[in-house]
Amino acid sequence: MNPVLEVKNLSVIYKTDMETVYAVNDISFSLEKGKTLGLVGETGAGKTTTALSILGLLPERTGQITSGRIVFEDAVLNELSRRELERIRGHRISMIFQDPMTALNPVLTVGDQIAEALELHNEEHLNKWAIEKKVEETLEMVGIPKERKNEYPHQFSGGMRQRVVIAIALVCNPGLLIADEPTTALDVTIQAQILTMICDLQRKYGTSVIMITHDLGVVAETCDQVAIVYAGEIVEYGSLLDIFGGGSHHPYTEGLFGSIPSLTGHAKRLQPIEGLLPDPTDLPAGCKFSPRCKYCTQLCRQKQPPIREQNGHQIRCHYTPDSRTITADAGTARKEDLE
Amino acid sequence: MSNALLEVRNLKKYFNTSAGLLHAVDDVSFSLQAGSTLGIVGESGCGKSTLGSTVLFLNEPTGGEILFHGDDITKMKKREFHRIRPRMQMIFQDPYSSLNGRMSVHQLIAEPLIVNKICHSKQEISQRVAQMMDTVGLASRLANAYPHELDGGRRQRIGIARALILEPEFVVCDEPVSALDVSIQAQILNLLMDLQDSMHLTYLFITHDLSVVRHISQEIMVMYLGQCMEKAPADELFTNPMHPYTQALLAAIPVPSADSRHKRRELLQGEVSSPVNPKPGCRFAARCPHVSAECCSGSIPLTEVKPGHFVSCLHCR
Repeated sequence: MNPVLEVKNLSVIYKTDMETVYAVNDISFSLEKGKTLGLVGETGAGKTTTALSILGLLPERTGQITSGRIVFEDAVLNELSRRELERIRGHRISMIFQDPMTALNPVLTVGDQIAEALELHNEEHLNKWAIEKKVEETLEMVGIPKERKNEYPHQFSGGMRQRVVIAIALVCNPGLLIADEPTTALDVTIQAQILTMICDLQRKYGTSVIMITHDLGVVAETCDQVAIVYAGEIVEYGSLLDIFGGGSHHPYTEGLFGSIPSLTGHAKRLQPIEGLLPDPTDLPAGCKFSPRCKYCTQLCRQKQPPIREQNGHQIRCHYTPDSRTITADAGTARKEDLE
Repeated sequence: MSNALLEVRNLKKYFNTSAGLLHAVDDVSFSLQAGSTLGIVGESGCGKSTLGSTVLFLNEPTGGEILFHGDDITKMKKREFHRIRPRMQMIFQDPYSSLNGRMSVHQLIAEPLIVNKICHSKQEISQRVAQMMDTVGLASRLANAYPHELDGGRRQRIGIARALILEPEFVVCDEPVSALDVSIQAQILNLLMDLQDSMHLTYLFITHDLSVVRHISQEIMVMYLGQCMEKAPADELFTNPMHPYTQALLAAIPVPSADSRHKRRELLQGEVSSPVNPKPGCRFAARCPHVSAECCSGSIPLTEVKPGHFVSCLHCR
């Protein structure tokens, strides 16, 4: 089956007079129809930048795609003109933003904001009444009574606002939905409602989803494929079972799992990753994770590691788990930190 | 339990709003033994932060008693209370807004010593600040840095240093890790637990993250709309949750394991209702799947169903 979206060797920089930020470095992935891909990583890993470059929403003056191709259905998105891209964005590809408090326009009613997307992409030439009807249907679909369409965002709670944002994203029935931390600002019981709703709607309409999150729990409940992103690179990529199963992992993935307190087991000491994310204006040579890796060797610091692949499970590391040993260099990041 | 470090009895904090009386904390009682941790969990707006600040008398309580070593701090004279204040401290949620951006790391950590007139010579102050920075894992070269130069994890270490430099006995941690990334969060949690052992601290740990609360607390209290729904030892609460709200809360957490995909779960319908002029009866009644007529009238007492396990529900007897 042809993938809906294919990103090949994407690199993005933010360039200012002062410095150049290497936000995304050579990322490749593809997404099939109706599937969900999880992009997991910490703040500053380049997850949101990847999403923004798919939509052509990088800040115009500073953001720049330096290499790579983004192919959606049959169009190469990063080669389209602004006009052509506008026809796709919000219609065939749409996005759910992280913070529902700031993503909505406070001076328009929620009904008008949903209708806006329909009016801009009115390919079926719907008239005013048909649009109104579609808005009401969409509101009901996301679980908001249609009587509330004339209310303003401040009259809604956080969970309800996120439902409005989802309604705007889904009203044109997109082929690809990018959800950027859709539940981070919400409480757990509301998060469960929203995630269940996104999954149900996805199954109903066959939408492909890119789920951007830092929460491994959210990934486990929603995704088919998972990419672990660190310092603008995918360090591990595989199916849900590859990542969450007991097989071999990238040292960073191991560190992430060691950092989460367990809900079932007994209180053990956490095994955090020492040190901090590298400065994206001055990335280390060789493996980007080497300063924090406890298996780091001379080779890791000098040479960019290759991708090792086994049945579609990719790990970007010089060593296989059996050949890794805890080295004397371990924890250099921590030592430097304290000096 | 007479040797409790802190005992809170029927604490109430109401706020007057234009819409009516907002019951932020309504009749909450607990006691804390020295060296232990009580975790407070609940969703936003359930009154957990208000509880934290009221216990420290940063808000004046509307009613109830707060006994610190057996003395009621709500009835103390100002001067008397100022003597106790250094012994109870708070770590704030947001390391970005709780630090003064115009003060250097050294000044920030030294401030509590100066305000409370504990150290008098500059030399003594720098010595204690340097010692504290070492304890919380801040490099000494950062002493003259300003908060904006540092990342969230380091800023939170400053917040911890500020709270601990007075050598308190009791610390309220108000969501100390929720603004941080997981790998940094784990570093801070380890630090807090190490410090608890070495300085013999007692924590009131407020968070919305259930896995964090289980990791750090011996006892957990679940709050909903200003009231305590359930209170139990940590393992007991997770293995045998009795209140319908606790059950729903536990079911809603996404679990990072391979078999949680395609799992159907009982979803809690609706949202938290308003804490302004709440109706009599159980606060959770509007969302509860087991609601009955008697839930909506009279007050629901907190009953001990098992030793140490308290539930406020008519159907869990």
